Amino acid sequence: MSDPMQEIRASFFIECEELLEALHDGLEAMSDGAADGETINIVFRAVHSIKGGAGAFSLDQLVGFAHKFENALDAVRAGTLSVDDGLVRLFFKCGDILSDLVRASRDDEPLDTAITDPVIAELLEVTGDVGGDEEAAEEVDFAPTALSLDLDDIGGLAGADDAMADLALPDDLPPLDIAGEPDPDEAAEQETTYRIVFSPEPELYAGGNEPLFLFRLLQELGKVESSVEATATLPALDELQPNAALLTWTLTLVTNADVSAVEEVFEFVDGLCGLSIEPLSDDRPEHPGEESGLPAAETTTPIEAATATPSDPLPADPPGTSQPAPAGDAGEETEDPRPAAASGAKPVAKSATVRVDLERIDRLVNLVGELVINQAMLAQSVATAGLPSNSPVSSGLDEFQHLTRNIQESVMMIRAQPVKSLFQRMGRIVREASTATGKDARLVTDGEATEIDKTVIERLSDPLTHMIRNAVDHGLETGEQRVAAGKPERGTVRLSAAHRSGRVVIEVADDGGGINRARVQSIAEEKGLIAPGQSLADQEIDNLLFLPGFSTAAEVSNLSGRGVGMDVVKSSISALGGRISITSTPGRGTCFSISLPLTLAVLDGMVVGVEDETMVVPLNAIAETLTLSETDIRPLGPQTRVVLVRDAFVPLLDLGAELGYRAPRADYVGSIALLISQEDGSRAALVVDQIEDQRQVVIKGLQDSYGHVPGVAAATILGDGQIALILDPADLIANASGKSAPETALQKAG
Amino acid sequence: MSISVLAVDDSRTMRDMLRLALVEAGMDAHLAEDGQDGLEVLDQLKPDAIITDINMPRLDGFGFIDAVRGIDRLRNIPILVLTTESAEELKAKARRAGATGWIVKPFDPEKLVRALRMVTG
Repeated sequence: MSDPMQEIRASFFIECEELLEALHDGLEAMSDGAADGETINIVFRAVHSIKGGAGAFSLDQLVGFAHKFENALDAVRAGTLSVDDGLVRLFFKCGDILSDLVRASRDDEPLDTAITDPVIAELLEVTGDVGGDEEAAEEVDFAPTALSLDLDDIGGLAGADDAMADLALPDDLPPLDIAGEPDPDEAAEQETTYRIVFSPEPELYAGGNEPLFLFRLLQELGKVESSVEATATLPALDELQPNAALLTWTLTLVTNADVSAVEEVFEFVDGLCGLSIEPLSDDRPEHPGEESGLPAAETTTPIEAATATPSDPLPADPPGTSQPAPAGDAGEETEDPRPAAASGAKPVAKSATVRVDLERIDRLVNLVGELVINQAMLAQSVATAGLPSNSPVSSGLDEFQHLTRNIQESVMMIRAQPVKSLFQRMGRIVREASTATGKDARLVTDGEATEIDKTVIERLSDPLTHMIRNAVDHGLETGEQRVAAGKPERGTVRLSAAHRSGRVVIEVADDGGGINRARVQSIAEEKGLIAPGQSLADQEIDNLLFLPGFSTAAEVSNLSGRGVGMDVVKSSISALGGRISITSTPGRGTCFSISLPLTLAVLDGMVVGVEDETMVVPLNAIAETLTLSETDIRPLGPQTRVVLVRDAFVPLLDLGAELGYRAPRADYVGSIALLISQEDGSRAALVVDQIEDQRQVVIKGLQDSYGHVPGVAAATILGDGQIALILDPADLIANASGKSAPETALQKAG
Repeated sequence: MSISVLAVDDSRTMRDMLRLALVEAGMDAHLAEDGQDGLEVLDQLKPDAIITDINMPRLDGFGFIDAVRGIDRLRNIPILVLTTESAEELKAKARRAGATGWIVKPFDPEKLVRALRMVTG
């Protein structure tokens, strides 16, 4: 295994993403008016945890920023800073910077301070901090280097009050160091003798501290001798309270360690005891060998045991604690109070997640793909052998098929991730677009838990970013226009995801003015994309947005005008096996709908034959299969036919002719057709020669080798080893001769 | 026999680091995600020491210490508080809640072990 710290570091950044998500959720809740304690606590904890982890890895820039952010949140928690829209907006901005810093830290690339400084300045303004020196000190505070106790006042720890006064340091001073190893250089120096007077108070025992342990640590510093006396009159043994603090120890320590090392031993009990540590000029211990300060009767009390030097056996539990010394030190009669540890109490670490290299999962995905192919081949062999379907081989094969499908689904689930992280990134895009355009906009998300293949999520980021920017920049009206139209001044961009019939549908909708179709058409005419004066249906005009070279921005804004048009968005979506469509209502807004396959690896397909070719049509595109009768088929122009399907006409598409395998038939009566149904509601009857089978196929991409082939999505390997093309029915229909004109005309008529 | 320690922190990174530090020091590390989880673990475990974070969901460090000190069986277990703040106020508060000592984050594994030895012997 690699360096465990490196692993923890990697896991820290994964945790950071989760924390950023929680932070974002909390801020969303705050922006919706929830400024309750728990919401603020969640936000605070997220920032606090990021800071804590970052400190461990010396990610100073991240620590520094998180600290300032945390201070502001703490002020909100403490009620000294009140939450308003402006503050929530600032916190969102801080959240964005924080995620930038997390990523920059992960990649070991410091973030430009030009990005962070303005936000830091805003933060300091609201918290009222002046920054400067104090901040520098704070950063030191979290550096992982060992910091040493550096108190000048050595002898001043005489009493509890003094001790507390000494420790009442400003927040920004370095923390006390409890490591305190003696400096090796000092080892050669002269030994010093300290006289330590230590009288515990009851709270010391109540808090779980134990003098014996402290004495042991002292012994590591040098030679210790101790004596003990009763602080008050000792009660009779049967009246003795276990937690009563009745003893005062006087210890002499001969050591070459620094006084701070001696003080550190008492760090946890400082303030809970009377304590004085004084160097003696005389090297000789003040009470040599004096260990009999108590009457013999009392030496049987456990307290007496604690006065013994640590190497001595421990006769019984000391008071104020049930913790004995480690077994090696304990006498035979000491009962071991740690059965849980001895029996190895069951591990309690909750591991909700396991991190696995994506490579390993992909290997598994590939193997499952092979398994699917192999199973198909086996099925083919069994069929060829002519075995009856009730034969053990056949039923075994059925079971095999079932298991293969289960494995495949499980593997796909490993690759699937909720779209939440993707959606949250879009929140930032809206905020940035809102600032850049001066339009007040907010993002509303829905269906964040919807899961899609990890690769799809990654590759959706760019197209979605572009669409969201467009929605704010082009979709939403200005505040004045909105108010004039009787809408709330603040525009809404809605991003949603949902599973719909085996696919994932992601929608980007704005509540803006809708597509200005007259303008779109005139721009398309100007750019020569369409013939002037052409009569187009609304939907066709909307689809002009996807044409290469189309841009509605009269003046290229600094936001959307990045040379990326909706055509690029469309091709990115197509590359994922997805489709995009638009619906727009004037005055109400525009909705872009992306439909994506759940996985990029395997699909359920219908295997069809056309001439001598075997092809696969994705099952989710097929609404039903038809056998065409004479009354169903109507001519529409010389080349075009439509089919009547339940009182609606759909265009007829001859697959063999479309792909150039044969000439169009003269007569389609008796032909088999697949009724293709698309997300946007358009349909077509795809004529095939025969339907062979319905099965799972492994998708083998063609894009890398052949580029985009119209009407073809990918290829697969069938059970007999033959390669079959997987069709893209939507693309096929769009590219079909005669295009969608008849369909549109019919829809209008219908 | 090795010392057993229950470490309670809602940050997975911090839990990982605590576990690493404890295991490397030859201790038995038991982990919990928050105070509530810690109490559940303590139903079946009596560790030699407890390390706990303060800021945690469900049941925070103060509430957790309070609860532990209220259980007879566990009353005297040393508890160290993990804190990023060196603020005395916080330490005083931890102490009032019944903590035995504290460790300032980010902690050096040696410091952690030494702090544990200060309270477990």
